[in-house]
Amino acid sequence: MKPFGYLIPKSLARACSLLSEYEGQAKIIAGGQSMLPQLKQRLISPEFLIEIKHLKGLQYVKSDRDGLRIGAMTTHRAIESSLVIKKKFPLLAEMETRLADSQVRNWGTIGGNLSHADPTGDPAPALIALGAQVQATSVRGSRAIPLEDFFLDFMTTALADDEILTEISIPYLPPHTAGAYYKESVRPNDSAIASAAVVIGLAGGKVTRADIVLGGVGSTPIPAKQAAQLLIGKKVTAGLVEQVGAAAVAEIRPTSDMHSSEEYKRLIAKVVVEQMVNAAARRAEA
Amino acid sequence: MKERLNLRVNGENYEVFAEPSSTLVEVLREELNLTGTKTGCDSGRCGACSVLIDGKAVKSCNVLAIQARDREITTIEGLGGRNGELHPLQEAFIENFAFQCGFCTPGMIIASKALLDENPSPTEEEVKAGLEGNLCRCTGYVKIIEAVLAAPGKIQIRSAK
Repeated sequence: MKPFGYLIPKSLARACSLLSEYEGQAKIIAGGQSMLPQLKQRLISPEFLIEIKHLKGLQYVKSDRDGLRIGAMTTHRAIESSLVIKKKFPLLAEMETRLADSQVRNWGTIGGNLSHADPTGDPAPALIALGAQVQATSVRGSRAIPLEDFFLDFMTTALADDEILTEISIPYLPPHTAGAYYKESVRPNDSAIASAAVVIGLAGGKVTRADIVLGGVGSTPIPAKQAAQLLIGKKVTAGLVEQVGAAAVAEIRPTSDMHSSEEYKRLIAKVVVEQMVNAAARRAEA
Repeated sequence: MKERLNLRVNGENYEVFAEPSSTLVEVLREELNLTGTKTGCDSGRCGACSVLIDGKAVKSCNVLAIQARDREITTIEGLGGRNGELHPLQEAFIENFAFQCGFCTPGMIIASKALLDENPSPTEEEVKAGLEGNLCRCTGYVKIIEAVLAAPGKIQIRSAK
C-alpha cells in the first residue's frame, strides 16, 4: 500500500468536517474489508483515511413505529444474528449468511458494503427489494436517498465527495408480504454469478406488491421493474413466473467475467428470479 | 510515518511503532515476533492469517493494525495453557490428523475456536459454514471437520476436570 495518514475522529460531526477539510485527499474507512484489498492493489491511494468504524453512535439496530433503522457501522455479523431482524426481515439475516465468510462479517459493516457498491454485493439487492433508504450526512446536513437511486454506476454511488452513509432504514412489511434471496456462485459464498432478491405481497391470493432486484448482472444492482409489474393483480402461476423470469432477463446488462460468461449469467438470472418469485410468494402466503 | 500504537495481544500489552498502513498480521509477525499467524494470500481470501479480536475471528491481513487498538487480540500462541498445555482443539487436530503441511492450521484452529465459542455443539454443516473463510490445499478438509466435531467432547472433559 502507499502510505497514508490515519485520522480517528471522536464524533460523526468531526468525521464530516475532516472529510470536507481534506477534500479529495481523504477516504472514509469503515471495516476496510473491501477497501484493504483495493489499497494493497493500489487501485486507490488516498493520502488520508478517516476511520468511522469505532463510532458507537453509528452501531445500532433500532425498531421504530414504521420500520427498522440500522446504523451504518453495524457489522454484518450483528445483522446476521439480530433477533429483531430475524423476526421482521428474515430475508436480511439469510442474505448475510451468504456474504463472504464469518471473518469478513465479523469486522465489515453494512454501511461500508453499500458505499463500496460492488455490483455483485449481497446486501444491495435485498435492501432495494425491501424499499430501504439511506441517510447521507455531511457538514451541510443530512439527506435521505432511496436505495434504488443510490447506485449510479460501477462502484459509484450517489454520495457526494463529502458525504458519509450513516443509516439504513427499512419500512416494515405489511401482513402477507415476504421476501427471498438467492445467489448463484461458484462456491456458496463467492461473488454472485447472478442473484435475485424478491419481495411479494399478496391479498386474496393475488399479488399486490412485487419487487425483483438482480445482482451480479450489471454495473449496479438492477431492479427488474417491468418484470415485477407483470405480477401485479395476478395469481402466481408457473406460466406467469416463467414470463416474469424471461422479462427480468430482458432488463439486465451482464458482462462476462472470470467466473461466468454473459450467456451463462442470463441463463442463471432467469432461473434465480423464477425460484425466488416462487419462494417469496410461498412465504407471503404462510 | 511510523506512529506509536498500543496493542493487547494474548493478554499482554505491547507498544509498537508502525506505519498506519501496516496490517495487523505484519505487526504481529514482524514487530511482535508472533509468527504462528501466517501470511498466506495476503488478500483476505485464504484465512491463514486468522486471529481473534474480542473473541471473533478476523483475517489479520485484512485489518490495519491501528484498527485493532483497544481490543483483545488472541493469536494461536495464546490458545494453549500457561504451562504450555495444548487447547482441546489443538489436541483434537493432532488426534484426528487434521493437518499435513500445517500452514493453514493456525488459522483453522483460531476460526474453529471462534465457532465453538459461539456454537458449542455445531453440526457438520455449521462447521463447514464457520470455516468458509479458511482454505486448505493439503487435507481436503475431511479430517479438519472431524477434529472440530470431536473438540466439543474434549472441551467438556477438560472443563469437568
